[in-house]
Amino acid sequence: MKQRFYIILCSVLLLSSLALPAQAAAAPTENGGEDLNVKEMILEHLADAYEWHIVSWKNKHVAISLPVILYSENSGWNVFMSSQFHHGHSEYRGFSIAAEGKYAGKIVEKDAAGNDIRPWDFSLTKNALSLIISSLLLLLIIMSVARSLKRNPMEGKKGFVGLMEMFILSINEDIIKPAVGKDHARYAPYLLTVFFFIFTNNILGLVPIFPGGANVTGNIAVTMILALCTFFIINLTGTKEYYKDIFWPDVPTWLKVPIPLMPAIELIGLFTKPFALMIRLFANIMAGHSIVLGLTAIIFVTVKLGTTINVSMTVVSVLFTVFINLVELLVAYIQAYVFTMLSAVFIGMARMEPHKVD
Amino acid sequence: MSLLTPEPGLVFWMLLSFGLVVFILVKFGFPVILKSVNDRKEYIDSSLLAAKEAHEELEKVKTTSEALLSETRTEQMQILQTTEQTRAKMVEEAKANAKLEADKIVAEARKQIEAEKQNALQSLRSEIASLSIEVAEKILREKIGNKEEQMNMIDRLLDEIEISKS
Repeated sequence: MKQRFYIILCSVLLLSSLALPAQAAAAPTENGGEDLNVKEMILEHLADAYEWHIVSWKNKHVAISLPVILYSENSGWNVFMSSQFHHGHSEYRGFSIAAEGKYAGKIVEKDAAGNDIRPWDFSLTKNALSLIISSLLLLLIIMSVARSLKRNPMEGKKGFVGLMEMFILSINEDIIKPAVGKDHARYAPYLLTVFFFIFTNNILGLVPIFPGGANVTGNIAVTMILALCTFFIINLTGTKEYYKDIFWPDVPTWLKVPIPLMPAIELIGLFTKPFALMIRLFANIMAGHSIVLGLTAIIFVTVKLGTTINVSMTVVSVLFTVFINLVELLVAYIQAYVFTMLSAVFIGMARMEPHKVD
Repeated sequence: MSLLTPEPGLVFWMLLSFGLVVFILVKFGFPVILKSVNDRKEYIDSSLLAAKEAHEELEKVKTTSEALLSETRTEQMQILQTTEQTRAKMVEEAKANAKLEADKIVAEARKQIEAEKQNALQSLRSEIASLSIEVAEKILREKIGNKEEQMNMIDRLLDEIEISKS
């Protein structure tokens, strides 16, 4: 075990130091003019994009062009491929990608006065495509498991179906059942869907090449919808007792009659719960992506400091990136777990029974 | 900052894809999985219960058969005992009968022997009597060949009669 660890460590060191001299040698000539702006690079990755950038090689950009769907008040519906922008360098049909300002990175058009305005933007962006891919993957996995179980329900499953069965059951038994209480069967399918949706997107976000790598669950629009769905499920299926506890809680009367202090606090609590869910998932995943990118950027930042430092820092960077990636793997599970568990706990609270009168 | 403002376009795509995923999985995905797993759990539970019951049944049958067996064994013992007793009794009876019979036969034989003896004695006595008469006759003929002698004799006899009469 220990020996194997050393072998892995040595191979990582060897590979990363082999790769670097070439990079370091090439750096002064090619990167001479433009310095790498780490902050910009990271923010660009964290934000959404109209094309799926794969690699840049000697000033040539290889990217998957994605459809742009716009509704403009001037020209109505516009549908075209994002390659028309030539990676943000040119204008097409009066639309362009803003380089700076309030709408940096977004498609804008000029209004009559010459100011930038945003059209309704329904483009199938990188995150949207990633969402669709992960949704299809999730559907494929879960439906195949369901079909396999339905076809032969009494047989103990092996392999992938068995693994998924164990995974699903562990979530159902460990989180959903204890947290929701006696109505768990009604909410289990939704909560399981939420868990596996978040988990799939988190894991896909950690894969650095094409179908993965998008910062999906680290995007606030995605987590907002997830939190809103949970919010509606909590509050639309709440019991009478739950609403009584919000608007007329069991506290001394002066806390609720002249100034409705407790009801106000409870009402705010209603919204802070899903808000916390939204921010927690978003911030965790975004931070994970930022750290991985930042650690990788060490290699390119230290190019200017000379070959020796560059090579040694590369080794450090690779080791740290591997470590952080493993941590992120854990975080991918934990965040899905926490989101599901808190949703289940909130649902369980909303399903509470009348208090027993002593 | 654009990172913190939700993009309407992405909200739309998210609603669409997440809504579809939720719809399909909540309707056809997870309930099927949970149900079949639950079914299997119930099946296993009931099988275990049935196995336990069968085991108990078997145990009961075993005890019953054992009881039956031991009962049979005691019965067998009893029968053997009775048989033994009967046999002994029969032998005893047979012995007693035989003894009785033998006694009877012996008694009969003894009676017959007695009768034979009596007969023999009788015939012997009569033989002896006739022989003694013959002998007496011969002696008498020899002795009382002359008149005198006869006269003496008669006298003596008459004397004797007289003595016996007085």
